[in-house]
Amino acid sequence: MKGAPVQESAESLGRSVASGERSAVDVARAFLAQADRTSPRLGTYLHLEPDPILAAAADIDARRKRGETLGPLAGVPVAIKDNICVHGVPTTCGSRILEGFRAPFDAHVIERLRGAGAILFGKTNCDEFAMGSSTENSAYQPSRNPWDLARVPGGSSGGSAATVAAREAPLALGSDTGGSVRQPAAFCGVVGLKPTYGAVSRYGLVAFASSLDQIGPLATNARDAALLFNAISGPDERDMTSRPETRPVSLENLERGVRGLKIGIARELLGAGLDPEIRASFEAVSKWLVAEGASIVEVELPHAKYAIATYYLIAPAEASSNLARYDGVRYGLRVPAGTLREMYEATRGTGFGREVKRRILLGTYALSAGYYDAYYLRAQKVRTLIRRDFEAASRKTDAILMPVTPTPPFAIGEKSEDPMAMYLNDIYSIPASLAGVPALSFPAGFTRSGLPIGLQLAGKPFDEETLLRIARSWEGKSDAARRLPPIAQEKAA
Amino acid sequence: MSATPSTAVETARDRYEPVIGLEVHAQLKTRSKIFCGCSTRFGAAPNTQVCPVCLGLPGALPALNARAVEFAAMVGLAVGSQISGRSVFARKNYFYPDLPKGYQISQYDRPLCVGGSVAIRSGDAWKTIRLVRIHLEEDAGKSLHPEGREGVDTTRVDLNRACVPLIEIVSEPDLRSGAEATDYMARLRQLLVYLDVCDGNMEEGSLRCDANVSVRKRGAAELGTKTEIKNLNSFRFVDRAIAFEIDRQIALLESGGRVVQETLLWSSERGVAETMRSKEEAHDYRYFPEPDLLPLDLAPEWIEAVRKRIPELPHQLRERLVREHKIPEYDAEVLTDTRSLATYYEEVAARSAQPKLASNWIMTEVNAVRNKNGLAIEEFPIRADRLGDMIRMVGEGKISGKIAKQLFELMLSDSAGPAELIQRHSLLPIDDAAALRALAREVIAANPGPAADFRAGKEKTFAFLVGQAMKQSRGRAHPEKLQEALRAELAEKS
Repeated sequence: MKGAPVQESAESLGRSVASGERSAVDVARAFLAQADRTSPRLGTYLHLEPDPILAAAADIDARRKRGETLGPLAGVPVAIKDNICVHGVPTTCGSRILEGFRAPFDAHVIERLRGAGAILFGKTNCDEFAMGSSTENSAYQPSRNPWDLARVPGGSSGGSAATVAAREAPLALGSDTGGSVRQPAAFCGVVGLKPTYGAVSRYGLVAFASSLDQIGPLATNARDAALLFNAISGPDERDMTSRPETRPVSLENLERGVRGLKIGIARELLGAGLDPEIRASFEAVSKWLVAEGASIVEVELPHAKYAIATYYLIAPAEASSNLARYDGVRYGLRVPAGTLREMYEATRGTGFGREVKRRILLGTYALSAGYYDAYYLRAQKVRTLIRRDFEAASRKTDAILMPVTPTPPFAIGEKSEDPMAMYLNDIYSIPASLAGVPALSFPAGFTRSGLPIGLQLAGKPFDEETLLRIARSWEGKSDAARRLPPIAQEKAA
Repeated sequence: MSATPSTAVETARDRYEPVIGLEVHAQLKTRSKIFCGCSTRFGAAPNTQVCPVCLGLPGALPALNARAVEFAAMVGLAVGSQISGRSVFARKNYFYPDLPKGYQISQYDRPLCVGGSVAIRSGDAWKTIRLVRIHLEEDAGKSLHPEGREGVDTTRVDLNRACVPLIEIVSEPDLRSGAEATDYMARLRQLLVYLDVCDGNMEEGSLRCDANVSVRKRGAAELGTKTEIKNLNSFRFVDRAIAFEIDRQIALLESGGRVVQETLLWSSERGVAETMRSKEEAHDYRYFPEPDLLPLDLAPEWIEAVRKRIPELPHQLRERLVREHKIPEYDAEVLTDTRSLATYYEEVAARSAQPKLASNWIMTEVNAVRNKNGLAIEEFPIRADRLGDMIRMVGEGKISGKIAKQLFELMLSDSAGPAELIQRHSLLPIDDAAALRALAREVIAANPGPAADFRAGKEKTFAFLVGQAMKQSRGRAHPEKLQEALRAELAEKS
């Protein structure tokens, strides 16, 4: 007999379901039970319906009995961030404006997950339209950090990170525009990968900032993250920004250790403002890398300091256009009013939250006649410089080690009234987003008070493998990825 | 505001020069839409040719239709544009219920085609109209404002047309009258139809334009303030709306007023252009590069391959017809109206070995029947082989023009060959010498006066006698032989 499924890796679950050692229905039941116990307190799900989950699991079991070859994620539940379209399932993006909207088609990643035998497990909470770093901007509910319910799980994929951390689901999909997979992964003590821009099709991901958005996996460990990445990545003709260079990660190669790797460190990113305990974690990992035979290379990212300013022009500009379609005419919320214009204003005024409105205004301004050159165009030029910084660094390194966040998870309400403080939280994650390179957040350790610390590895385009390989190697040294938050360890009543 | 110009305007017209530029929108004849696989077929039930992409549903993304790019490049090459190695799609942002994404994907500062020109007729001369650019974009949907029930003010939206591929062809302000603008539009339409990239159907909206109109005092270097007239979807409206707007601006200036920059909407019912929005209300479209589409890079080899697929263009065909068939340029112009008419002509000319006669017949008799019945040449009942055979007989002198016309009438409703119809309807020409002599005698006998005059040396009366003989024979008499017979009979002693 196997132990509790919820504490097992996705890889092991998939293998045991495929071999018949365990039924997909049992696996689904175990995770549903866990979610039932913890998700009301964590606020992880916006939509979780057991019946279709159990039906899908039963179907997997039936297919196994018929002797069909099952995919690598056979029977493995995967929670889906609520900005990814699943056919027939509510897709609200955490926004009132899409209340009641059910996507009439599957996102590319969802088709791929179905093909891999995964069980689509429910829609996770997120900041409205993925705009935020705490999941407090969800129009429906806040989510909470499984390690400390008074703290935020990060955002915008806070529901996805928290649900994996609490073992309500072994895997989850998030989306990362400026750090929305990596930052909640760091806050919740799980692995979160933002793939290279173009590695995963965005078809069916509700757009926030199209030139930055990428769907990425959240998992409890590097191998599981690789499995999920492999399941969802690869070119798709429906997304013209998806790239044919995308390569699957070899799980075998993940076991090769770090010997011989050149790890870049950008000293200018480690200055004031970085929490001392995160800095200590950073030093510990650096030391371990050297001890394991990797070499540390100093790199410079001279334009990284402009990343936040650049990001908060480009992302809102694209968002202001992407969110124009929510006008009350065809779907979602409509607030009736006298004239057409009044209907638009009432609908959008009611349907969008404060942060979304703030960004629409910012973006509209940045694109306006007379301001375009000074803001949007200038920001695009700086973005090119940041991309070149990463290109230069990647010529001498295999990966760059960076913090994910300047601080450990902050308290709910602590920054929600101060947008600038909230934006500054993404100072380490945004540069890789602007450069389009892959970046991974992995559990590096814990603060003395027991909060997770994540560190980030940014790599070369389409070389997700090296990042996962380093994280995998660290898992052999540190138990940070294996620790369970207290809430996940509670026994069923 | 009156639609009929005052006499003051009429006299002032000569002192002003109108300056007109057109933005022509042409729907490309691709089977599927520009960013999704939905059909572009016209006339389907509302909202039946739609998918997540053209509905602008959350999460849907555009994927560029390569065929639309090819068609647009083909137009650019045909008018001598520079085809951009890299062009960039851009979002044009504005709110409207028939614009599902809240933006239109178009091209802005880096269009597919730059420059180029179109030759138009201005009076008796050719005139070159320069092009600024040709760019690709998607169409919006259609807002329908049906006659609602009393007090119900409903607009319905049909998104079948959303995402249909368009090119926008922007001219320099080189046009000087409504007539020039109409000819320019007609030449563009002809070119697009020749290229087989647009069906040219203006009633279905496949071709429409906006006109930028200003006037200035003759000889002035500076341009006047312009207005833009939207939504001109017929040649007649182009002509009328521009003429209307020119007169309106002249009247305004003559009365000491100023032209205000604004967008006007042409009302075909009332024949007036009315303010749609002022300059202050003009949209700020907030164009920026479309992040969902990568820049469009076209290799020189690809462009050359498209160039090779360009068929013979109207002006080339015109010149060739003049050269090869020795017909006047005017004839060539008429005969190249459509590619299929020219093909018809070339078949008739070859079959008859009478290129000019063939041209005359088609320009007059054939086109008269077609115009009367609204027939495309493909629908015309007399196919080229039969008409060619008939014209050959005329050319060879086997039948007279008069007989030929009778025969032509018969052929319209009878698919038999001309020779058979001649037999069946006893249209055979009379060229037997004895019969013609008999006919001549009859005519002389019936017209003793003119015959005597002729014999007295009045050569002029001969034509009258020939005419009478022809009439008598119902046009069947062989003209030369009849003349011979008449002269011979008249030479006989009376």
